Amino acid sequence: MQYVIIIYEGLKEFETRNHPEKAEAYWGAWSAYSTALEKAGVIRGGEGLQGPELATVVSQKNGKRHVQDGPYSDTKEQLGGFFIIDVPNLDAALDWAAKSPAFQTGKIEVRPVLHPVQ
Amino acid sequence: MTSDQEVQKTIELSIRASYGRLLGYLSSRSRDIQSCEDALAESFAQALTKWTTDGIPQNPEAWILTVAKNRLIDQFKHNSVMQNSVETILLLDKELSEQNNQNFEDDQLKLLFVCAHPSIDESVRTPLMLQVVLGIPSEEIASSFLTSPSAMSKKLTRAKQKIKEAGISFLLPDPDDLESRLESVLDSIFAAYGTSWDHLSTGNEHLKSLDFEAVYLATTLQNHLPLEPEVLGLRSFLLFCESRKNARRNSLNEFIPLDQQNTQNWNQEQIMQAEKNLHQALKFGKIGRFQLEAAIQSAHCARVQKRINNWKEILNLYQVLIQNYPTAGAYLSYVAAFSELHGPQAALQKLLTQKDFHFLDYQPFWVLKSELLKKMNSLKLAQDAIHFAIGMTEDKSVRDFLRKKYDL
Repeated sequence: MQYVIIIYEGLKEFETRNHPEKAEAYWGAWSAYSTALEKAGVIRGGEGLQGPELATVVSQKNGKRHVQDGPYSDTKEQLGGFFIIDVPNLDAALDWAAKSPAFQTGKIEVRPVLHPVQ
Repeated sequence: MTSDQEVQKTIELSIRASYGRLLGYLSSRSRDIQSCEDALAESFAQALTKWTTDGIPQNPEAWILTVAKNRLIDQFKHNSVMQNSVETILLLDKELSEQNNQNFEDDQLKLLFVCAHPSIDESVRTPLMLQVVLGIPSEEIASSFLTSPSAMSKKLTRAKQKIKEAGISFLLPDPDDLESRLESVLDSIFAAYGTSWDHLSTGNEHLKSLDFEAVYLATTLQNHLPLEPEVLGLRSFLLFCESRKNARRNSLNEFIPLDQQNTQNWNQEQIMQAEKNLHQALKFGKIGRFQLEAAIQSAHCARVQKRINNWKEILNLYQVLIQNYPTAGAYLSYVAAFSELHGPQAALQKLLTQKDFHFLDYQPFWVLKSELLKKMNSLKLAQDAIHFAIGMTEDKSVRDFLRKKYDL
């Protein structure tokens, strides 16, 4: 089954990405994680995302397009990236999610991919 | 008994004895509990008509399984999304010819653990297990969980959907996860047992027989997990309760409270087994809810059988129980034990000032309240309270008992 591992990170982690001393360790951990996913042959895709300060929300208001600054949800943890994996079951997906660097600091949501309607 | 009734009876027995095993067997291959339930229900319906004319087959379980399996294959073939399931279900053919009971038992255990998966909403795990492992209809589950049938049915459907769509695996949990997963499995067996008590004389054979199922499940768990003290604790608790079954009713099927039971009618062998399980459990030095429940039963047993006053010990056990595992039932038992030591007035005060539980539509609350008021000689108030209790009692013999006791 295919699952998306959705990574939510705290503001501190987003800042770490460009931190002169800590950035290397941060990116090293993510690189090791995605390498592990590849080696295990379970990865089907995924991307890291720029921080929430670069997010823009578009919606409809009174029949018109309404564009707004900022991420959609005003939560402490923000969407930082995602991986698509193919594993036998939810427990296996949760195991992979728990191995990600965000397990220590953030929140990880695991969701099955929607099957195409046939 | 006419042959029609006989057939009916055989089918009922077959449902009761094998529902969870058959459903576990089918759904562990397809993960689609709802479809498997539907297939089983149809298979049982077919059995009813077919067996009445053709007679009961030699192996009723295999017959029912084959019909259910064929229906599932038909259904899955029409649904290309489930293509994988067709292959797995087809494997059943081969397996069916080599079937053995051990396998079925494993499947039922897997089903138990699927229902207790942490990704399932906690409040629905126990009802889900009652329905899919023991085949209890959702409206009956709803009434024992103080919720409306439609709300309960929605919750159950949602949970089954999640098991199917989110890919929850039908495997026994890893040793790391076992303890947390086990807790809700044990909770559900405990709840199933309680449900059987609620239906002793309502004529609902299915719910009444849950006590056998509960003991059976506890024993099965113990065979598979012999080193889990809480499994031993639960089995001990169930056996203590079972041991008094024949003493709980008189020849008119009237309810007899513990203190008035004839201990000659207690099943000593079950008591010995229960004591043994409790002893084994306590040796692990890891106390838990069910070991406490069993220890309380053991103390009650000693109190009545040996005519000793050990209310202090009992109260202490209840105190630990409600501090660590607060439930409405345990709290009421605690208050009842409290009144034995500190009098009805202090106990009533405790009962009416507690803030943790919502008791107004909970029958045992009104029974206890009435009991305490009666002891305080507030007979009018006691009668008012028992009126509420009677209105909420399903079991006719308990209703009659309450009426008689309060001269209504």
